[in-house]
Formats: sequence, C-alpha cells, structure tokens
Amino acid sequence: MREGLNQWDYVMAALAIGVIGTLLLVGLSLVAMVRSERRRDKVRAK
Amino acid sequence: MHAFANPARFLRLARWLMPLLLVSGLVLSMGAVLYGLLVVPPDRLMGETVRILFIHVPAAWLGMAGWSTIAIASLVELVWRHPLAAIAARAAAVPGAAFTAICLATGSIWARPTWGTWWVWDGRLTSFLILLFLYFGYIALSGAAQRDMASGGGGNRITAIFGLVGAINIPIINRSVVWWNSLHQPPSITAGKSSIDGTFLWPLLIAAVGFSLIFGGVVLARMRTLLAEIQTEARLRRKALG
Repeated sequence: MREGLNQWDYVMAALAIGVIGTLLLVGLSLVAMVRSERRRDKVRAK
Repeated sequence: MHAFANPARFLRLARWLMPLLLVSGLVLSMGAVLYGLLVVPPDRLMGETVRILFIHVPAAWLGMAGWSTIAIASLVELVWRHPLAAIAARAAAVPGAAFTAICLATGSIWARPTWGTWWVWDGRLTSFLILLFLYFGYIALSGAAQRDMASGGGGNRITAIFGLVGAINIPIINRSVVWWNSLHQPPSITAGKSSIDGTFLWPLLIAAVGFSLIFGGVVLARMRTLLAEIQTEARLRRKALG
C-alpha cells in the first residue's frame, strides 16, 4: 500500500457516494412524479 | 411496441411496474453492496479496495446503457414516430447522467490507492467524461426542445438526432482500453467469458441486476412526470383558448 493510505477510507467514501447518489436519484424522481401528477389532477378538477 | 403508444395504457402498466422495479432493485443492489462490504475477502492485488467494484462497475454499465436507451428511443421516435419514444429518451437522460457521475467519482476514488493518482487523461477516463458532458448537453437541449414544441417548433427532432450522433461515443468507451495504452485494466467480462473469480463475480452480477432494476424504475417515474407535465400544459392551453 503506497504512502500508508488506509484502504477502508477509500472504500467507504466510494460506497457512500454510490449509495447516497442512488437513493437521492430515486427519492427526487419520486417527489417530482408525485408533484407533477398532483398538479395535473388539480388542473383537471378545476 | 405500438400497443404502448397509448399513454393511458402505458400509465396502467407503469403504476404497478415502477414500485416493483424500485423495491426489488433496492433490495438486490443494497444487499449485494453489503455482501461485498462485509463478506467478500480482500483481493490479492487490490486489497480491500476491490469492494468499490460493486458500485463502480454497475454504474459504468448503466452510464452507457442510459445513452444506448436514448439512442434506441431516438431512432424509434425518428423512424416510427412513436409518441412515447421522445418521452422515454428524455426520461433516461438524468439517471444515465447520475450513474455516469457516480462511475467517474467512484473510479477516481479507486484510482488513488491503486494507481497513485486521482485522474489520468487516458482513452477510457476521457471518453467517459465526454459521455457526462454529452448527457449535460442532451438534458439542456431536450429542455429547450420541450419549450420549442409548446410554441409549435420541431425541437424534438434535433434532440433525437443529437441522441443518435452521441451514441458514437459508446463503442469508443468500450474499446478504449484495447485501442490505447491505459492504466485502466482491459475488459474483465466479455461475451460468455469472465476473468473475475466467482467470489467477486456473483455479487457483482447481482448488484448490476439490482441497479438496472432501479434504473428502469427511475425511468418509468420520470416518464410519468413528463407525461403529467405535458397533460397539464395541454389542459391549461385548451382552457386559455376557451
């Protein structure tokens, strides 16, 4: 291992980016979907 | 294919398929990542950093799969004028860009302890960075095309052509480690063959299936979003015209 780096720091950083990024993508997509479908239903009901 | 050209029929399918894809995808991918973190042994050469494989490789595949989806949907839109094809292409852009960014970030983190550097301007890394910029361009162009369509323009055709032309980068990414010298390893998995040991291969394949299901679920959610926006816009326009 070069420079005495702790490999686990890199593993945890990469997994955190991957998992948090994926969960954010899913969460934000679902929120956007619910909002736009609610707006459509509101416009239809008027 | 044309059976799903009807948005109402597509929505009926998406309403039950989307949560199924997301839940099964999250269970499979997070299970495989945890298995890779806690159970898989360290690699002889790469040590503990081999665990980054279970995020980095599926993200790379999905970054390329996202643009392949855009290219196929663009072709269907241009040739058969399928009404949902443009929506499917637009819906694949953001998840494709997200997985491309995850691949670049995790790859850079993996490179530091294994190559001794965060980044090299070689064929694989540079062509993948270009893919991210292509996604940004596509997202900006498709947003402008939607506004153009609302005023009667033909912006969707230009977006579809951009989607098709950008696909030239996919085989370049795939063959870059064969054509040019690179610190990046050559392909480990090719048609019917793999140089990865089964200990790492099976969790990797399960993670790839899981992330692919998430990708499919997100594309369906974004298609529903775009359809709802188009329907709202159309309803408001009809009302404004009396």
